[in-house]
Amino acid sequence: MSYDARFKVWRGDAAGGVLQDYTVEVNEGEVVLDIIHRLQATQAPDLAVRWNCKAGKCGSCSAEINGKPRLLCMTRMSTFTEEQVITVTPLRTFPVMRDLVTDVSFNYQKAREVQAFSPPADLQPGDYRMQQVDVERSQEFRKCIECFLCQDVCHVVRDHEDNKTSFAGPRFLMRVAELDMHPLDTADRRQAAKEEHGLGYCNITKCCTEVCPEHIKITDNALIPLKERVVDRHYDPVVWLGNKIRRRSS
Amino acid sequence: MTDLERHDYDVIVIGAGGAGLRAAIEAREQGLRTAIICKSLFGKAHTVMAEGGIAASMGNANEKDNWQTHFRDTMRGGKFLNNPRMAELHAKEAPMRVWELETYGALFDRTPDGRISQRNFGGHEYPRLAHVGDRTGLELIRTLQQKIVSLQQEDHRETGDYESRLRVFAELTVTDILKADGAVAGAFGYWRESGRFVLFSAPAVILATGGIGKSFKVTSNSWEYTGDGHALALRAGASLVNMEFIQFHPTGMVWPPSVKGILVTESVRGDGGVLRNSEGKRFMFDYVPDVFRGQYADTEEEADRWYKDPENNKRPPELLPRDEVARAINNEVKEGRSSPHGGVFLDVSTRLPAEEIRRRLPSMHHQFKELADVDITAEPMEVGPTCHYVMGGVEVDADTAATSVPGLYAAGEVAGGMHGSNRLGGNSLSDLLVFGRRAGVGASEYIAALGDSRPAIQDADVDRAAEVALAPFRDASENPYSLHQELQQKMNDLVGIIRREGEVREALDMLDDLDERAKSVGVEGHRQFNPGWHLALDLRNMLAVCRCVALAALERTESRGGHTREDFPGMDPEWRGVNLICTLDGSDAVQLRRQPVPEIRQDLLELFERTELSKYLTAPELARLDAGGSSTQQGSADGSDRS
Repeated sequence: MSYDARFKVWRGDAAGGVLQDYTVEVNEGEVVLDIIHRLQATQAPDLAVRWNCKAGKCGSCSAEINGKPRLLCMTRMSTFTEEQVITVTPLRTFPVMRDLVTDVSFNYQKAREVQAFSPPADLQPGDYRMQQVDVERSQEFRKCIECFLCQDVCHVVRDHEDNKTSFAGPRFLMRVAELDMHPLDTADRRQAAKEEHGLGYCNITKCCTEVCPEHIKITDNALIPLKERVVDRHYDPVVWLGNKIRRRSS
Repeated sequence: MTDLERHDYDVIVIGAGGAGLRAAIEAREQGLRTAIICKSLFGKAHTVMAEGGIAASMGNANEKDNWQTHFRDTMRGGKFLNNPRMAELHAKEAPMRVWELETYGALFDRTPDGRISQRNFGGHEYPRLAHVGDRTGLELIRTLQQKIVSLQQEDHRETGDYESRLRVFAELTVTDILKADGAVAGAFGYWRESGRFVLFSAPAVILATGGIGKSFKVTSNSWEYTGDGHALALRAGASLVNMEFIQFHPTGMVWPPSVKGILVTESVRGDGGVLRNSEGKRFMFDYVPDVFRGQYADTEEEADRWYKDPENNKRPPELLPRDEVARAINNEVKEGRSSPHGGVFLDVSTRLPAEEIRRRLPSMHHQFKELADVDITAEPMEVGPTCHYVMGGVEVDADTAATSVPGLYAAGEVAGGMHGSNRLGGNSLSDLLVFGRRAGVGASEYIAALGDSRPAIQDADVDRAAEVALAPFRDASENPYSLHQELQQKMNDLVGIIRREGEVREALDMLDDLDERAKSVGVEGHRQFNPGWHLALDLRNMLAVCRCVALAALERTESRGGHTREDFPGMDPEWRGVNLICTLDGSDAVQLRRQPVPEIRQDLLELFERTELSKYLTAPELARLDAGGSSTQQGSADGSDRS
């Protein structure tokens, strides 16, 4: 059942690095992260990689496998042939720290720039009432495990370093949409979506949706509706107010 | 002493899971300058893996539920070895802690009338678990993370600096707690990225580091679970209680090998899933122990009716507490009735429509599809026990989460006592919130009383901590990965789900050997993000904690909850009154002693039928109970329950 696979793994740091060749044993049912761990235990004890849960739930082990943003723990070796050379490189959009580990602090800065949930001031704990059908849209976005693969793949920042200051990326635009669709959130987030978080940069190529390991429909369900609502607001704020009130009273 | 980064805080919270974040929120809201230290990135802690829900007697699904019922279930689940005050506070305060999460932005699944939906779970008399599908832990961690961001935004508006009162130090590992004159003075650690040392001065430290699962081969725990907080507490002079009690969750994945141990949520059974052996038999009916007889169904027909009509039928035995189910599965496998890969079958595919399974158990559906090529809507899963949770932990005061060391607090899985000998599903997330908050309050009261007289860190202690941390960079032959693998295999084999005296003694010999070899662990490379070095330092903690587990497992000559001795299969009322306490002596050797379990107050005892108590208590204890004790009924004046 086991065989020797050929791997190329990027080794290096901020100053530069190389793709290093490894031949390593693979057993039935294994995922790429298992192979990286075997490399650590047998050939490269100081190979740096982030990981936590190894079950696709924490979003730590993001990297690029044969050029595609993937979770190392959810990429099964059986998806490759035994002859195929497997290339593992760090996320391209973020600065390399060491080997497969990148500096993802960009994402934490962006998270901090999205205004927090703003509940009605007079609503006491225990008195929140919401219908399942009304929370479901935001719940889809809260499935996000913050692996930042969508942030990595999005060409707005992947290919244009300059855009990083003015563009929050799909993950945090989706967070804006999530709060905007929260049945009890009181803030108007549309102006901020456009002016502070760079919603206009997104030209709905859906790359983010394609790489999402949670299969969240980021573009269709979060970004496009948010764009529509921003446009709505610009045309007619009265319609917006009406919508907000109707939605709340349902 | 070159290359040392220094920080000054009121309180340091070590660990950024549910307990750590809740503690930090409380500390910051009490006005303390607070540092959160996480070994991983912010938001990746093991809490994220919790699936089923948060137990709290809000009474949304069944209005008969109340804190007293939750307390009873918790004590039964723990086989009456729980710290009764902790179980009481937990049951009373859990609802408010859950409601609070909604004010932070959490979106739980809803009841038809718009309140928080509650689901059934093993050992809970009523549907009690607030949940979001089967990803409740993710919702909890994200909600707390976002609350922290919200507090940082407040601070930014006020001071222009997001981190003026609350700062997250991500990918930083603490290796030692530093003390002065017997009290906490700070903590020493290193940045994982650069390997640089960091010194925190702070009069209070809250440990919220989670569990010890990475000492076992088959585990649902992530790499961070190396018993750091347990070991830090020991080395700081605090004590650990009842480390023999380890929960083996009955349902972990068994195949493929690389995912062996990954959790399969108890919600599968709560929502109707059944366990079958290779003969197709629902074997759990054969494993209802005497103490639970009368509360669980005798026939499949009655068990199946319970899902629709819980008032008039008894619960299915698949929903017995976890220790019972894990032992039953273990026994089926041992007697040759296992599934092809050495587990048993967990089937929900014949019990619910496919669409309903995808809706209620989306992440299980996803996990099996992606990792095992199994479609759980069409075929059964294969499952077996996996090391999941340690009930034992740092000994704390129930009300304040204080340890015996002034300034040192512990909350969440790292703390012991709350769950007795076995934890009920759903009681962990609520534990994190209730005692995380209490630790934040406890630390702030301590600091207020301290005034300006803060203990000062001694330079010599810093030098020593640095020396110990750098020790693995020596020219030595032992590989930390090999040592770790050996430890995991042996703990699994010798101090696992079923224990025998000879094997536990063998484990202690093995630990002597590993302790010796750990002295010559050598790591390659340099200090920048070096996982070999990190593991070498974690290994020191795992070895200390494993010794406590083994010593306590040898001492307790009975079987109870998460401790099963094949040579002492029965539960012994004499042992119910005994806690096993581990401390370090002057030469850092683990010492074990016996200590009485805190007495259960009369008014709490009176919540149970005498016939039930007679299964757990000794004759003299029962006689005292019959004599009426001394205290009378006390209300819930100190609780925040609204039921």
